[in-house]
Amino acid sequence: MHGADGIRESVTATTRILLMSWNLRQTNRQARLQRGAAHCESPKVVAAAEATSLLESVIEPGDKVCLEGNNQKQADFLAEALSKADPAKLHDLHIVQSCLTLPEHLDLFEQGIARRVDFSFSGPQAARLSRLIEAGKIEVGGIHTYLELYARYFLDLTPRVALVAAEAADASGNLYTGPNTEDTPAIVEATAFNQGIVIAQVNRIEERLPRVDIPGDWVDFVIPSPRPFYIEPLFTRDPAKITETHVLMAMLTIKGIYAEYGVTALNHGIGFNTAAIELLLPTYGESLGLKGKICRHFALNPHPTLIPAIEKGWVEAVQTFGGELGMEAYVAARPDIFPVGRDGTLRSNRAFAQAAGHYACDAFIGASLQIDPQGNSSTAIIGRVAGFGGAPNMGCDARGRRHTSPAWVKAGQEAQSCVNAMPRGRKLVVQMAETFGEKLRPTFVERLDAWKFAESGAFELPPVMVYGDDVTHIVTEEGIANLLLCRTPEEREQAIRGVAGYTPVGLARNREKVKELRERGVIRRPQDLGIRLSDATRDWLAAQDMRDLVRWSGGLYNPPTQFRNW
Amino acid sequence: MEHLSFTLPSKTAALPKGHTAIAGVVGSGNLEVLLEPGPDPATAHFAIQTSAKGYGEVWQAVLADFAEEYPIGGLQFSINDNAATPAVVALRLRQVLESAQPGTL
Repeated sequence: MHGADGIRESVTATTRILLMSWNLRQTNRQARLQRGAAHCESPKVVAAAEATSLLESVIEPGDKVCLEGNNQKQADFLAEALSKADPAKLHDLHIVQSCLTLPEHLDLFEQGIARRVDFSFSGPQAARLSRLIEAGKIEVGGIHTYLELYARYFLDLTPRVALVAAEAADASGNLYTGPNTEDTPAIVEATAFNQGIVIAQVNRIEERLPRVDIPGDWVDFVIPSPRPFYIEPLFTRDPAKITETHVLMAMLTIKGIYAEYGVTALNHGIGFNTAAIELLLPTYGESLGLKGKICRHFALNPHPTLIPAIEKGWVEAVQTFGGELGMEAYVAARPDIFPVGRDGTLRSNRAFAQAAGHYACDAFIGASLQIDPQGNSSTAIIGRVAGFGGAPNMGCDARGRRHTSPAWVKAGQEAQSCVNAMPRGRKLVVQMAETFGEKLRPTFVERLDAWKFAESGAFELPPVMVYGDDVTHIVTEEGIANLLLCRTPEEREQAIRGVAGYTPVGLARNREKVKELRERGVIRRPQDLGIRLSDATRDWLAAQDMRDLVRWSGGLYNPPTQFRNW
Repeated sequence: MEHLSFTLPSKTAALPKGHTAIAGVVGSGNLEVLLEPGPDPATAHFAIQTSAKGYGEVWQAVLADFAEEYPIGGLQFSINDNAATPAVVALRLRQVLESAQPGTL
């Protein structure tokens, strides 16, 4: 296995055999609990002022520590407490964590408290992470997709100590995690059932919880924090910022892919492109007679931009990875659509929503920063190591899937190159991007920056988010490239260049070949789908701004302050 | 600011004599296009002022495709660009033509 961890584990294994002792972890756990008890004011409750001292007494150097940096919620008080620890007492920690979000998450490495990290996403800290890697201050074990990381918590990356965030606890340590339950069940179960220590920061202690999300038996220490844990409304998109280009691409996708294949179960990756699709369903989708035929089941966070489609009866169910700040009351009022508990509030579950995104969805659609002529796509560009989040898990063919659906079977048929091959289905994996991104940076490049990360030795393999051979369609403002219909790598490359617009990659296209691909329907331009550029106006958006979304929700949606712009 | 100008061959536009039209606004990532009659029925003339320097070749490609796809001979386009992407440029050109001859595109 890897370096120091591997040596430690084989030393432990040897010790175990020598001592004929099979409960070393248990014994060690008891010792930690005894040291921690000194800081408790009641069996499980620790005062906020004692947080750093508690961590210094129950964590040991070299430990694997999971600090709950989820996509949305952050155990920010515990992160701050850990960053105040004495590096002489706590050092060489191996951080295993979904998201590197807060400055404190990376402060741990600068201060010598932590040395190594295995994670999934680092969007807000992407630039700083890149600098730390270059400066040799942080060892990256691996970038993962979320479900992959949780799986390893149950196998070879088990946290010794988990630092989590919950809304409320009772005196027995039962936790209510509420709408933003997110990763907590997976983290806590893996830790608790491998003799680990679980510490939770909570917004409040209550005598009686609305519901029990995590049983008190699995929780060792509870710390009421001075302020509520931090949550980011990551998935909220202001309709006022949706452009005509977003609308055009949404129209292409709805008509050229969702309608074409009959996509009923899907995941939308984050961004304005998919927000535009959501807002076009009850208008453009309605005009095409698609209600009930597409977009019925979503593996999705509670996107405010999905409200109009839900209200118009398009959606049967939304399985959520996390919550979304401001959507709590709306979700609670729609228990037929969202996973609402007996207490009346949402319970999200990232692990299972990711599993649904992998196996139960006909289609994944997401954006990208860079795409090469083979269709490989990455967010790792020079100066930024952002990681991948859920995209690799949902943006890939689910080769273990066995149940059929019309979209899955049709995509599989299109992909089948040999008449005698065993027929199988195929997930639609759509990459959707404008040909030029921010500051006129081309999305399409001859060679991904990801290669440079491998060449510099920072990563063993180029960090790719979605591999070209998993991608089935690319949608740009120039049209749709259907890679399932391509029979050779050269055709595939020209299909991609044929929608890469006026980027250098697009300008280098073989015009004759692209023309032929268009005639075959491998490339389809807006006109080929009966879409006129002048039709792509913002008038199609079911909501023009945040106020419209609030109106659609009957006043239940409560946008966070930064979105209250009217 | 960079000033660019292009004269491209194209089929003669069927536009009422003296007709003008305008599309877009000079916001960030956007552009304004003014369409007026031009001197030569066999060519289209483009005068561009842009805040994004060094994209001459991309403008050439975008405008050449536009001149090939639509009859715009005898027209003059004045463009004020604020770093719009080629997608938005292509959209505004078609919008200005559509507003000059509604329903024919």
